[in-house]
Amino acid sequence: MQWFSNPENTKPLGLLIFFITFCLIVVWVYGSRKRSAKLEEYKNIPFLDDDEVKKDKSNG
Amino acid sequence: MSATNQAAAGQYDYEIIKKFSVMAIVWGVVGMFVGVYIASELAWPFLNFDSPYFSFGRFRPVHTGAVIFGFGGSALFATSYYVVQRTCQTRLFAPGLASFTFWGWQAVIVLAAVSYVMGYSQGREYAEMEWPIDLLILFVWVAYLVVYVGTLMQRKQAHIYVANWFYLSFILATALLHTFNNIAIPVNLFTLKSYSLFAGTQDAMTQWWYGHNAVGFFLTAAFLGMMYYFVPKHAGRPVYSYRLSIVHFWALSFMYMWVGTHHLHWTALPDWASTLGATFSIMLLLPSWGGMINGIMTLSGAWDKLRTDPIMRFMIVALSFYGMSTFEGPLMSLKDVNALSHYTDWTVGHVHSGALGWVAMISFGSLYHMMPRLWNTTMYSVKLINMHFWLATIGTLMYITAMWISGISQGLMWRAFDEFGNLQYSFVESVAAMHPFYAMRAIGGMFFLTGMLLMAYNMYQTIRQGVRAEVASARAAAATA
Repeated sequence: MQWFSNPENTKPLGLLIFFITFCLIVVWVYGSRKRSAKLEEYKNIPFLDDDEVKKDKSNG
Repeated sequence: MSATNQAAAGQYDYEIIKKFSVMAIVWGVVGMFVGVYIASELAWPFLNFDSPYFSFGRFRPVHTGAVIFGFGGSALFATSYYVVQRTCQTRLFAPGLASFTFWGWQAVIVLAAVSYVMGYSQGREYAEMEWPIDLLILFVWVAYLVVYVGTLMQRKQAHIYVANWFYLSFILATALLHTFNNIAIPVNLFTLKSYSLFAGTQDAMTQWWYGHNAVGFFLTAAFLGMMYYFVPKHAGRPVYSYRLSIVHFWALSFMYMWVGTHHLHWTALPDWASTLGATFSIMLLLPSWGGMINGIMTLSGAWDKLRTDPIMRFMIVALSFYGMSTFEGPLMSLKDVNALSHYTDWTVGHVHSGALGWVAMISFGSLYHMMPRLWNTTMYSVKLINMHFWLATIGTLMYITAMWISGISQGLMWRAFDEFGNLQYSFVESVAAMHPFYAMRAIGGMFFLTGMLLMAYNMYQTIRQGVRAEVASARAAAATA
């Protein structure tokens, strides 16, 4: 616990935690083809409640 | 469009959105008028009329409060309530509380403006409101969070669309920033005066942690939420890459909180802290440009819309200004560039390239898309939208060009030495040299304000047209019944 009370230790630790979390998010987003396809499907949500505008899927 | 929109009007809670949209335009006109007035005071000082009530010092927070919190804030309340309902396919949670956010927020803007003119200010940039108004903001904001999260929780869509992530991060971050930057001890219960809990450098650091994150989360993340819904919706095409929007969101969220200290280069702040701010500012360039490219590329394959649709033009030019000001910001955060630019008009120009070019233009585009749908009609005049677009673009370019020239000139004049090692120019000489650019800035502002007035007239006619059509269709329905 003494180790955690020293800002010189916790500052780089915090940086590492945030950086690793961010890297994991990027890997999660781009890491799997199946997940990528599922994520890209969500881009159509703004069009789901509106049949007046034809859905254009040319961006994916 | 009418059948779909009539159904939508029944399915969703549009009354609160209508109120916020109208007030966004009202505050836009008021705030930009005061902006032009104070810009004119700097060019033609007789406009101060030797009265404290007309002075630049009191009117400046009236301008920033009315445009940021009145115009920008009301536009964000309106669009966030619209987007969250439509992407979650549900009505607003707790409509009574939503109504409180409207009246509470309008009261905040009016009370703040009156208090500034009367001479009451905390002296904290973009947080000048005294403590009772700060408390009212706190209540309104908690109500906003409850309405927003409640609506998300009752959604009929499994996934929360990315625009809502940006809006939610804006609501959460603003709550955090507002609370910690305004911790103060009132002198007594019956006075507006209070003293900050922090002192000296810590006080300055808290203020600029707030100040830059107000830019980051209020003026950037929230308007990106607007962009991620209205650009694809208006273009009739989904966003270019949903995965990029996720990375954009998390990168902004991780990085923005660290950059505030770049406002305090070359001060009593420890050197490591301001270097940290500059480093994160440079890193921010990547997600900012990723987001800009994502928005602009949404039009990929349909660029012709830019030729024919002035609303689309507003949105894409807004994204271009977003890209430009998020390049300029990291540049100005470098210590050597900052040594020249800080305390000069370059900073003012930079803020306005973001505020006019990005924030106001994406709001104009979104309001032009949304408001006719709220009243189940079409825009009264597309020609007026087009005129508004050109007035806004020319006004913004005149403004920022004038401030670049005057800011860089100021910086160079303040650091110039003669052959004896004395300062080459007195301060008043630098002020006199700025005069033509101050006049040019005021004229640029007049262009922008004229465009805003055209928008107000166009919207007034659009709403009138929608209300008349609704009355006529109600009469026709009653006659056939």
